[in-house]
Amino acid sequence: MATVYSVLRRPLIEGDKSLSRVTEDVCASMERKPSALWWGAFLAALTALLAGVAAVYHLLTTGIGTWGLNRTVGWAFDITNFVFWIGIGHAGTLISAILFLFRQSWRTSVNRSAEAMTIFAVMCAGIFPLIHMGRPWLAFWMFPYPNSRGSLWINFRSPLVWDFFAISTYFTISLVFWYMGLLPDLATIRDRARPGFRRSITSFFCLGWDGSYRTWLHYETVYKLLAGLATPLVVSVHTIVSWDFATSVIPGWHTTILPPYFVAGAIFSGMSMVLTLMLVVRKAMRLEQYITVDHVDKMCKLILVTSMMVGLAYLTEFFTAAYSGNRYERFAFINRALGPMGWSYWVMVVCNVLAPQMFWSKRLRGNLALVFAITVFVNIGMWFERFVIVVTSLHRDYLPSSWSSYAPTSIEIATLIGSFGLFFSCFLLFCRYIPVIAISEVKGVLSYGRSRPGGRS
Amino acid sequence: MNRRHPSNTRRTLVGFFEDEQDILAVTQEVRRAGFKIADVFAPYAVHGLDRAMGLEPSRLPLVCFLLGVLGAAFKVWFEFWTTASAWPINVGGKPWNSLPAFVPVTFEVMVLFAGVSTVIAFFIVSRFWPGKKAFIFDPAVTNDRFVLVLEETDAAFDPARLRRLFHEHNAVHVEERVED
Repeated sequence: MATVYSVLRRPLIEGDKSLSRVTEDVCASMERKPSALWWGAFLAALTALLAGVAAVYHLLTTGIGTWGLNRTVGWAFDITNFVFWIGIGHAGTLISAILFLFRQSWRTSVNRSAEAMTIFAVMCAGIFPLIHMGRPWLAFWMFPYPNSRGSLWINFRSPLVWDFFAISTYFTISLVFWYMGLLPDLATIRDRARPGFRRSITSFFCLGWDGSYRTWLHYETVYKLLAGLATPLVVSVHTIVSWDFATSVIPGWHTTILPPYFVAGAIFSGMSMVLTLMLVVRKAMRLEQYITVDHVDKMCKLILVTSMMVGLAYLTEFFTAAYSGNRYERFAFINRALGPMGWSYWVMVVCNVLAPQMFWSKRLRGNLALVFAITVFVNIGMWFERFVIVVTSLHRDYLPSSWSSYAPTSIEIATLIGSFGLFFSCFLLFCRYIPVIAISEVKGVLSYGRSRPGGRS
Repeated sequence: MNRRHPSNTRRTLVGFFEDEQDILAVTQEVRRAGFKIADVFAPYAVHGLDRAMGLEPSRLPLVCFLLGVLGAAFKVWFEFWTTASAWPINVGGKPWNSLPAFVPVTFEVMVLFAGVSTVIAFFIVSRFWPGKKAFIFDPAVTNDRFVLVLEETDAAFDPARLRRLFHEHNAVHVEERVED
């Protein structure tokens, strides 16, 4: 039986949509009453958030002693969560900026929600170093301002200070980028809303967008510039996060592979989180024709590529440790895989390297339930990767007399749950009140009204 | 003096279109015929419309570059001043002027300055401010309508001919407007 393949690309958006149809479809879920599913999810997320608030309140009123840290393991759950959330954020910038520069027009269906995810993930990440300070009300000491202590300036040679600048710049630029992308869509909502609260608030925030092409021209230019700035920025952010570790002299941390390894891992975990969320969103908000099986397929391939990069980094670390001739380095890695916390290492390998191998098969990439399961596994695996890097490197250091172990307390676990609560509460509110798909960008990739191949006319 | 001043009213001919290719073609043709295009309104960024309208490329990249350089220069100076001049502190025997260690923060501040200032410059050139009341030709402009606005500048302006031209390009609606 002969199979015929079309040389034309399949349309990015299914269903041969007209322009107004796109507006209708994306705005429909915002204009409906929230479903029982949404309320259920939102209340669950809010409950988790409240658990986190209670845990942080207990921490602040009692002290860092409520955590399971000790003199040997000074960084554990908090920094693991910090790196985990920052990593989640990176996929949003990959999709909105890097794929934009590479002219991957399929990104238009997912970039809005991926960017929103970035912002919420960075918010979650920011909490952990803040509460780890012990006296978070003095967090502004990180900022170089003229003060009555000298002025005593911050130490610009410290990676922790670099990190403060990197995270705050990343958050600001992501927020600005996201807001820029929202402007035309806010105007769309303004023009279809009945007079009332929704129209007033959108017309306040859309800044008087009128769709003039002169504005569009500047807008496109600014979008390109922001994408160009965000691309090196996102690489720099996780590089700097890895320097928090790599510039120390702890075996297992002190390696030059850490920056690329962290960046690849960040995109890997973020891509999985995007896919986890998108698979639910497309189903619950009936956007299957916008976020198609083809989109899922492309994202699975990105997950597979980054999984291989992360797997290569795991192997390289072991090779370098063996080849270095440094006994402490060698011990750190043997301890990592076979020591008392070796189980966490193998959870990481199974989830991050072995599970995504299923994505080699096109048939499995099309099995959305399986894809969902694997992305959840990858999220778990990437959390454990950070746990492995932070805790197993610390708990057995140079001096066997100071060897120790680590187990999280209920307060730390509640704080992690709380961060998930914050993330999902924000994301669910976003799904209700902001178009989850960039309406104006999707309109630009339709085949509607074009005479080019594959077009309607 | 009884010479009449030219009136300040602006007469425009407005054409409404449904398709990207129609607005592209009609804009190109109208400009070639020498008419003055006041503006085109579109629900999304139609590629090639800037060439059809004869618009100059945006100069915002210049703002981005200059403010990026300014931010980076300021930050290098500031880091040098704080660590090597205002209150030099010996950290692990590192040199006071640790230039390579200043690179990461300098880069971040450069991106911050360049990005935020470009967006602010965009708001200024587009005359955007929070709560601004937009001048909307048709609410459908942000949904599915493309609008071409021509200014009636001189006596040679022939509305009848232009109407015909608009309709040849599948205009759904054409109207003349007078603004004071």
